[in-house]
Formats: sequence, structure tokens, C-alpha cells
Amino acid sequence: MSSRTVLSSDDIDRAITRIAHEILEANTALQKSGTKNLVILGIPTRGVLLAERIAAVISKTEPNTNIDELLGRLDITMYRDDLAKNPTRNVTETHIPSGGIDDKVVVLVDDVLFSGRTIRAALDALNDFGRPRAVRLAVLVDRGHRELPIRADFVGKNLPTAREERIRVQLAETDQKNAVVIEA
Amino acid sequence: MSTSFVLKNLSIGDGPVTDIEVTGDLITAIGENLSAAEQIDCAGLVALPGLVDLHTHLREPGFEQSETVLTGTQAAALGGFTAVHAMANTSPVADTAGVVEQVAALGREAGYVDVFPIGAVTVGLEGKQLAELGAMANSKAKVRVFSDDGKCVHDPVLMRRALEYVKAFGGVVAQHAQEPRLTEGAQMHEGAVSAELGLAGWPAVAEESIIARDVLLAEHVGSRVHICHLSTAGSVEIVRWAKARGIQVTAEVTPHHLLLTDELVRSYDAVYKVNPPLRTATDVHALRAALIDGTIDIIATDHAPHPIEAKDCEWNAAAFGMLGLETAASIAQLVLVDSGLSNWSRLAQVLSENPARIGQDPNQGEAIAVGQVANLTLIDPTAKRTIVAESASKSINSPYVGLELPGRVMHTIYRGYFTVRDGNLAKAGRP
Amino acid sequence: MMMNRNLLSAADLSRDQAVEILDIAEGMADVNDREIKKLPTLRGKTVVNLFFEDSTRTRISFELAAKRLSADVINFSAKGSSVSKGESLKDTAQTLEAMGADAVVIRHGASGAANVLAHSGWINGAIVNAGDGTHEHPTQALLDAFTMRKRLHGKASAGRSLDGVKVAIVGDILHSRVARSNLLLLNTLGAEVHFVAPPTLLPANASNMKATLHYSLDEVLENETPEVVMMLRVQAERMNASYFPSEREYARIWGFNADRLAKLKPGAMVMHPGPMNRGLEIDAISADSPQSTVLGQVANGVSVRMAVLFSVLSGERANHVN
Repeated sequence: MSSRTVLSSDDIDRAITRIAHEILEANTALQKSGTKNLVILGIPTRGVLLAERIAAVISKTEPNTNIDELLGRLDITMYRDDLAKNPTRNVTETHIPSGGIDDKVVVLVDDVLFSGRTIRAALDALNDFGRPRAVRLAVLVDRGHRELPIRADFVGKNLPTAREERIRVQLAETDQKNAVVIEA
Repeated sequence: MSTSFVLKNLSIGDGPVTDIEVTGDLITAIGENLSAAEQIDCAGLVALPGLVDLHTHLREPGFEQSETVLTGTQAAALGGFTAVHAMANTSPVADTAGVVEQVAALGREAGYVDVFPIGAVTVGLEGKQLAELGAMANSKAKVRVFSDDGKCVHDPVLMRRALEYVKAFGGVVAQHAQEPRLTEGAQMHEGAVSAELGLAGWPAVAEESIIARDVLLAEHVGSRVHICHLSTAGSVEIVRWAKARGIQVTAEVTPHHLLLTDELVRSYDAVYKVNPPLRTATDVHALRAALIDGTIDIIATDHAPHPIEAKDCEWNAAAFGMLGLETAASIAQLVLVDSGLSNWSRLAQVLSENPARIGQDPNQGEAIAVGQVANLTLIDPTAKRTIVAESASKSINSPYVGLELPGRVMHTIYRGYFTVRDGNLAKAGRP
Repeated sequence: MMMNRNLLSAADLSRDQAVEILDIAEGMADVNDREIKKLPTLRGKTVVNLFFEDSTRTRISFELAAKRLSADVINFSAKGSSVSKGESLKDTAQTLEAMGADAVVIRHGASGAANVLAHSGWINGAIVNAGDGTHEHPTQALLDAFTMRKRLHGKASAGRSLDGVKVAIVGDILHSRVARSNLLLLNTLGAEVHFVAPPTLLPANASNMKATLHYSLDEVLENETPEVVMMLRVQAERMNASYFPSEREYARIWGFNADRLAKLKPGAMVMHPGPMNRGLEIDAISADSPQSTVLGQVANGVSVRMAVLFSVLSGERANHVN
């Protein structure tokens, strides 16, 4: 098995900072305020960590940010369409920020965008919690091979891959280091 | 002059290699180098007096979907038996001369083994009123063994009367020892396993208390009593005590109680549901020891065929009973001979001589000797066989399916006639 | 983690699997607090509630659980199952198989009925035991464990076992499937089990049961100071079968009441699987006290059964091995 690093720790930091600023810019254009009515929801496992990092950059840029109203997590296990084929996954906590998601701009955060099925499940899950004004998608890596009409609004890096290759996103919180690796 | 055949190079029980000549229905010579027009190579085989089962459920009349006299006696022949005693719990119950004569006639017609009907002790097995024991004893069926098997004669007065009454014609009461109140709804042996499985327990004391009572009753009235299918270590102790005291008691054990334990019930497979229930390994050990030391007199099969639907269901709804005729000799060999603890002559006692004596069966269970009726079983003790569901019996509820057992009945000779030859059942019974 | 295809006995679950089901149930409990109390997880799956015994509580709990996961639910009540009494278990099972049931939740009066259904080859769907005779009731044990964990650890419950928790189970142990399943699961989760009952209602031979046996409830409350006291229902059919002289005497010696409630240590709880015989095994003051978990148990039942249905119905179904 060969592997090669495509994003270093610094590359990841830069991508997150850029995504955070793009989110703020887009929200300012829509809401006239950087974090007003903005909700960032991470999708477990690594999407949650990325969402925390993005939220940290945002709150540094916008000192008045109330992190409790901004940041949450959305477990999509129960909304997957492949339960019959995969062993039971751990269901983790879903946390919706205190203000709810009605009429908010919700940014979903995930590590890798591949088939689009996870995001489809996330959209379904979101539906059961309320009616956002808009839903955006931020991903660290878009590797192509979409099976559904879904695209990301904020992308750390576009990585053309072969279908059988594996992308591994490693984050210090769970993997002791920060890197994105392609394994073939 | 009838034709003769010679069985060559067999061993009679534990004895040396010899030949047996059979002419007509009699043994006409025993010795080395016998010859006749027909010679059958029996090298390596062990000859025993034809096996006798004191406890068989042939199910006819009434339950022909499970077994008939014909299929049951065919299974018996394949198992090496030349005589079986047919239990009374048919429909109608064998509680009148008419029914026992019918069963005996069906046995003669089939021609595979002697069928000795057992008469019910009480009318309809209901435990209320004595059946016409004398009429059955004096009928053409000449009934000598009486039993309400499946049900216990639990009324002590009725049991006393039965024990007394059969003395008039030298009969014996075979008791199914099961105190009914202590076993209401009981499903399996009461012990650690029943506690885990949540199945209603069948305490050993329900069997032992009846045996204790009945040996004392037998002593009191000076009669003899036979205890069916002893299943607990405690029962063995009571019988041992009674025999030491000189009480006329005989006891039987089934092959399954010599081999299987209540651990098997964990599968909830109803093939292991039987009355009395499978007990613990301690009980199995005590039963084996008692069989060897003579406390237990006989092995009887309690062959109890049931249709598939009576077993292919939840445990509580299933019927009690398991097949046994075609596997009994193998289990006896395992326990007595292959274990190194006893021998073929003890096996001949417990599977032929003693049951024939208890049942007073003419021409059965006699030591193999010149002049005796040729009821013989020849076993290949070195053969191994894996038990399969298909058998001569109409039913398939054998608990041994898939198990490898030692020994194979090669020939069964019933009054000079091969009901089984080279392991194959004769197409027709003895004319 | 790979879950079993069937849930027949609490003994089927390893410690990790049991904790995982309880953790999944935590997530399900959150769903039950939402405005939209429904997940699409089991859409297109058919769950059959096959009840040979009346048990409205257990049935509606499973029904609600299945419906909250978007499964189609069929309730099949069958009375009498033996060959002599109409339709056999086998015929019923084969009928359900022909209709394409993905999971069968079975309640049956015969011990081992769920095992027979699972191992007979009559049916391919997942089997969940919802109570078989006097044998087991594994989802009750799971909901009881869930309730204990929640009471003891609150929001910090996830991932935790019940290590060192002392549980006294009081009443008709002999005939109780709740006691049997609880014993197995509580042992798996590291709890310490004490059975308290009149000698007539304890198994004659409990040597395989990992529990300490007691005759005196007061002594157990005094000497063991359990965190959990679980009262079992006294079934009506035991009352006139000489298991104990009278209901009054039973209530006095083995019933839970305000005096005994006062002896509980702080934070301890009183449980009852329901339905209660108020005034017999538990008095009204205890049943309605803050220490009582009775209603919580009912609510948790739905969450736990959602977790169980989810577990047995997710994962590859091609290899039908348990």
C-alpha cells in the first residue's frame, strides 16, 4: 500500500482559516452581519473537529460571537441509506445550538465530500430539527465521484482521485497529527 | 426334516469362538467346525440371546401416525430384539382382554418379534378403578405385566390392591413413579439448569417418594413390584436398600438416562423432552454403577415414537418421549462393554435374560444352549455408525441423530428365522 | 461493533454490546424529546409484534419504538399455540416469513419459544424476545439497566457500565423472566445482584445463578444498602398456590413500603417492571415517591427498544448466523 501526503498541517490550518473567512463573507452578504443567524454543524467524527476549528477562527475574527449559538453537531447515523449493508455504527450525540436552526443559515461541515450520501442524510436529519433559511456545505477535501446532485460551497482542496483510492484525514484530536493522506 | 444353517466363528457373549447350528426354530448344535448346507460367516460377531424389551410403545391401536405394531416390531428386530412388551397407553387403552388380544394378534401377524401386551392397571389409566387384570391374564395374550405407564398409580390404596391382586396369577405391577402433585406442569429435571431456563422443574423426590412407598407396600403385601425407568441417584439408593432388605423389587433404566443429561435441554430442542426427564451427570453416573452392580436389573427402551408436529414446536407444547429400539444395544455396549467396566454376559442379562424373567416370556431370554428356541442376536462390536433420522420406526424423534455409537446388529434370528440379516430387515416377518 | 441478529437472552450480549445498546438508547431518548419524534432509519422494514400472551404495555412499547424508526408494524395476536389449540408456532412463523417480516418481536407463554423460533429454520427475520414464559425478557433488563445508569450518572451516562452497583431484586424470582434477564445483564455490566424472596419463590437449585440469595428484605436493606431495589410483580396465579400463606403476610415481609423507603440510602431508587399490585409488593407511597423509577422505566422502554430494533436490523443480513 502506498500513501502520500497531500495536505500538511499548515495546509490544513490555512484551508480552515480561508473557509472560516469565506463563511463570514458569505453571511455578511446575506445577513449584513458576520455571525448573525449563523449556525455551524459538524458531522461526526472529523467534521465535528473541523467545525470546532472553523468556529474558533470565526470567534477570533468576530469577538462578539456567542459560541453556544453558533456551533453544534449533527449525527446522521439514523438517516443513512446503507444500514442494511453496514454493521451497526455508534450513534453519537446530536447537539443543536440553543437558538435552534429555524430561519438560520446552517453550514454543514464534513471532512471529505465523496458520493454525497452523507450530506443527503444530513439534509434529511436537519429537516427534523427545523427549517433553515439556507443550508451550506463546507468540506476540507472534495475528492469527486458524486452519486447525488450535491456540491460544496466552501472547499479546502479539490483532490481528483481514483475511486478505489482512500483519503485519510488525520486531525490531532483523534489521530495525533494533522495531515491529509491518499492511500492506494 | 427342517433345513439347517450354521452360524460360523462367533463368540457367545464373552466366550471363545464357536459355531451354532440352527434347525427349524431350535438350536441343534453348538461347537467348533459345524457344517451345513447353509453356512453364515459370523467371524468377529458376538451372539446374545435375542434381546427383550420390557417397555415399548407400539402406539397401535389409536396412534398409528406415530407407530404401528408392524413398524415398531421392525424397528425392534433391527435393534436386535426378538420380543417386546407393548405398553398399555393406546387408544383404546389396553385395559380389557379384547385390546390386549388384538395387539398380540397384530404382533403375530407382523412376525418380527414376540409381542407381549402390557395391561393397564386401572381403567383408562385414570388411576381410579382396577382394570380387569384377571381377564387380561387369562386371555389369549396371557398378560403378566401391568402398568399405567405414562401415569403413576399414585393412589396408595389402589397401588396396594393392584400389588396384592396380581399375586393371583403371578403378575407384576410396573410402576411409573411420578408423584403427580409434585410434577404439575413439570417440563424438565428440577435443578440448576431448569432454574436458568425457566422451565418448570421435575424434582427427583417426585420419583423417589413413590418408589420408597411402593417398595414398602410390596414388602407389606408380599408381592413383587417393578420400577419403570429409574432416573435418579436417589432412586438407586432406595432400590438398593429395598433389595438388601429382601423386598421383591426389580428396576429398569432406559438407554437415554444412561447417556444424556439435562444440559441438552438448553437447546430447547423438544427431542430431548422425555418422561422421566433427563437428569444430571451425577444421576447418569449412579445409574451406570447400579446397572453394573445389579441394583438395576434391566435396560428397557421406553421407545416412544411421536409424529413430527409433536416435537417441532415450543418445548411446553411438545410431547414427552424418544425413540430407542434401534440404538439400545449400542448404548448398552458403550456403557457395559466398551467402558471396560462390565461385559457381554451382563449385557445379555440386562437386555434379554432379566426382562424375559420379569415378563415371564416363554422361550425368551434363555442362555444360548442346544434345545433352546433359536432367538439370537448377533452384534458386530467393532462397527461404528452415525445415527441418522431415517429408521424403520414411523417416527424420527431420536435424540442420538448425528451421534456416533459403537456396535451394529448384523443378524437377528427370531425362532430360527432371520428378521435381520447382514444388517438388513427381512421383507416379511416369520410366516 | 457487530451486533447479534437476534436478541433472545440477555446472555447474548457482551459487555461492550450491552453498553453500546444503552448508548444508542441515549440517542433515541433525545429523539423522544424532539418535536418530530421520528427517524427514517427503518423505512421499508417490517416489524411483526407476535404476541401469544396479552401484554398491552410491552406491545405498545415495541410498536412505538418501531414506528419512531419508520418501520411498518404489524401486530399479530395469537391465542393458544399448541398443536391441539389451533395454529402452531411453526405455521404462524412460516406465515410471517412468507409475508416478508424483517424482524419478529415475540412474546410467548412457553419458555424457550423465542429460541425455537430463531433456530428452527422456519423464519429468516431477526428475532427479538419480548418475554418467553418464565425464562427471559431481555429488553426489560436493558431498560432497567438504562434507567439505573441514567439515575446514577445522569448526563454522563454514555459509555458507562454498572460496575459495583448493588441491586436487590425482590419477589417471585422462581417464575420471573425479568429477574433472570436482569441477573444476566447486571452481571455482564458489573453490578452485584441480590435476590430476596420467600424460600418457596426461589429456585430449588440456584447454583448456576450469580446472585446472593436472601430471605429477609429488611436484612438486605440494612446490611447491603443497595443502590437499587427492584420489586417484582406477584402474579395472581401464585396467590392461592401455597407459595405464601396470605397476601397480607407477603406484603408485611417482602413488600416495599414507606418504612423501608426511609431506610434507603440517598440516591437509591425503587424500581418495578409494572404493572404494580399496589399494596402487595409495593405501597402507594413508595410507588409514587421521588425514588420510584416506575414511569421513567416506561419511557426508557421505548428508547431501549428503538436501540434494539436498530441493532438487530442494521448490518449485513446475507449470512444468517446468530
